[in-house]
Amino acid sequence: MNPRLLPLGDSAWTVEFGHAIDAAANARVMGLAGRIAAARKDDPLMAAITDIVPTFRSLTVHFDPWSGDAAALGRGLQALAMEGSEVTATGRQWQLPVCFDDDFAPDLARVCELKQLTRTAVIDLLLGATFRVYMLGFQPGFPYMGGLPASLNVPRLASPRQKVPAQSVAIALDMCAVYPWESPGGWNLLGRTPVVLFDPRQDEQPAMLAAGDEVRWVAVDRAEHDRLAAEIARGLPRSHFLDGGAL
Amino acid sequence: MNGQLDIVQPGIGTTVQDAGRAGHRHHGLPVSGWLDAPLAQAANALLGNAGGAAVLELRGMGTVLRVARGPVRVALAGRIAATVLRGDGSRAPLPAWQTTTLREGDTLQPGPAEDGCAYLAVSGGLALPPAFGSRSSYWRAGLSGVLGRAFVPGDRLPCGTRTDTDPREWRCRAPWAADEGPVRVMLGPQDDHFPAPALAAFFAQTWLATPAQDRMGLRLQGEPIAHTSASAADIVSDGVTPGVIQVPANGQPIVLLADGQTVGGYPKIATVITADLPRLAYLRPGTPVRFQAVTAAEAHAALHAQRTRWQGWLAGREAFLPPGTVDETALYGANLISGMLSTHPEDDRP
Repeated sequence: MNPRLLPLGDSAWTVEFGHAIDAAANARVMGLAGRIAAARKDDPLMAAITDIVPTFRSLTVHFDPWSGDAAALGRGLQALAMEGSEVTATGRQWQLPVCFDDDFAPDLARVCELKQLTRTAVIDLLLGATFRVYMLGFQPGFPYMGGLPASLNVPRLASPRQKVPAQSVAIALDMCAVYPWESPGGWNLLGRTPVVLFDPRQDEQPAMLAAGDEVRWVAVDRAEHDRLAAEIARGLPRSHFLDGGAL
Repeated sequence: MNGQLDIVQPGIGTTVQDAGRAGHRHHGLPVSGWLDAPLAQAANALLGNAGGAAVLELRGMGTVLRVARGPVRVALAGRIAATVLRGDGSRAPLPAWQTTTLREGDTLQPGPAEDGCAYLAVSGGLALPPAFGSRSSYWRAGLSGVLGRAFVPGDRLPCGTRTDTDPREWRCRAPWAADEGPVRVMLGPQDDHFPAPALAAFFAQTWLATPAQDRMGLRLQGEPIAHTSASAADIVSDGVTPGVIQVPANGQPIVLLADGQTVGGYPKIATVITADLPRLAYLRPGTPVRFQAVTAAEAHAALHAQRTRWQGWLAGREAFLPPGTVDETALYGANLISGMLSTHPEDDRP
């Protein structure tokens, strides 16, 4: 579909590439985000932009309503949106540890039952998938990741939990996510990662993951989970978990 | 030595705010910042602060502050008044819309924010360490220090450098007040998820604000708004912003405020224009509100008209000499002829 330019009040435009979650629409979103980021450096029209927020199938561009010409900016965004549809993958590849200890996986048995799969089969499906971060939201650093095998598609909980523990790895529908913070939540909890997904001390890149990144899960036992958690607390850099890193 | 205020009692609804932290929404970090920008800037302007100086946003009651290092010049803006308990045990009222210099050992007790939002500014601004370019509290992201959690007794609020040592205080001729009439919105981005009669009903009715509200958002109550179909009540989550009006399947709108999340999965019928965002701070439970659709050009004009009106308000700022102050300028200017000091506040130099 042709990109649609939608006003989000007088201080943001949303450029929409589709209505559903699909990799092709998201690739166009990421392509436009890249072109805007590049244009922003020297195009005075783009100087009013404050935030570029990729989502599953659209890109929201926030701007300062005091500076610049909103209508002209919208035309500029639309022109950039029409420019091309291919995007080369620019995201990083991560290998993140996940522990499936019973304490960490309160919904694993129910997912097995729903899908008529063994515990090992569910875990292998999760470990075999390559997830793509479509967007961050809900909470600071919360990654919405596509790529969950259809055989693991399960609905959200009928009644959300009041408290989902921080760093829970969760699935719902065709998505996988990690809760960076303890919070209410309705996704199915399958495990826990020792990785800290939002670190306010990292001023430039507080969220570990970014839209466009790819994530593969690596199973660790409880002892390794606890050891990594302690190392991360002592300052183990995030790059440790990049593909080709030490894990 | 810079001033410092200490939290004696945290109270409820009191946070540190400035213009917020735009630029980090792609990390899922909300923009935050003061709910009523012109009012917060009025408090800062009374003190001669830079426009972005951090202030205390007062939306509840019960906060008590003590001047741990003084003097500290303060100003209240909004429908609020405070009491000062002096070190010597005496009490004095501290009205809004003027500056007052507090001494070390004074205790400041702001009363309730009568209509839902008021600001306390200090000369030089609150000098807490910023996080991601802003001093606005945002507890959900665990930002460091008092920005990352609710206040506790003993919290220290350092003040910035006070440049103004003039003994004169400042006041304004009239309070700054937000615009009146329906809250103005621009349609969309998902107004096409609602049939024409539903759109008409949204604008025709008077909504009531409910108690389900905080700095993230607020729920309204009224005749439910229908979507074009059951499936039109959900969308694949996309970008949202403060002022956006989401309508979930139950047809009852949810308006996002400054601490609102960065993406959302409900269709957005309309978005409040920047000029009217401050008014959302006053939708206490049971407050009626109506909406009116405007064009982008009208939104732009409203923003500029508001600035012109605000500058007109600021032009009414005037200096005065508080009772009991020795005005050295006046003393020398009068060549000590009278031998008496006027305590009548009449100096109106800008």
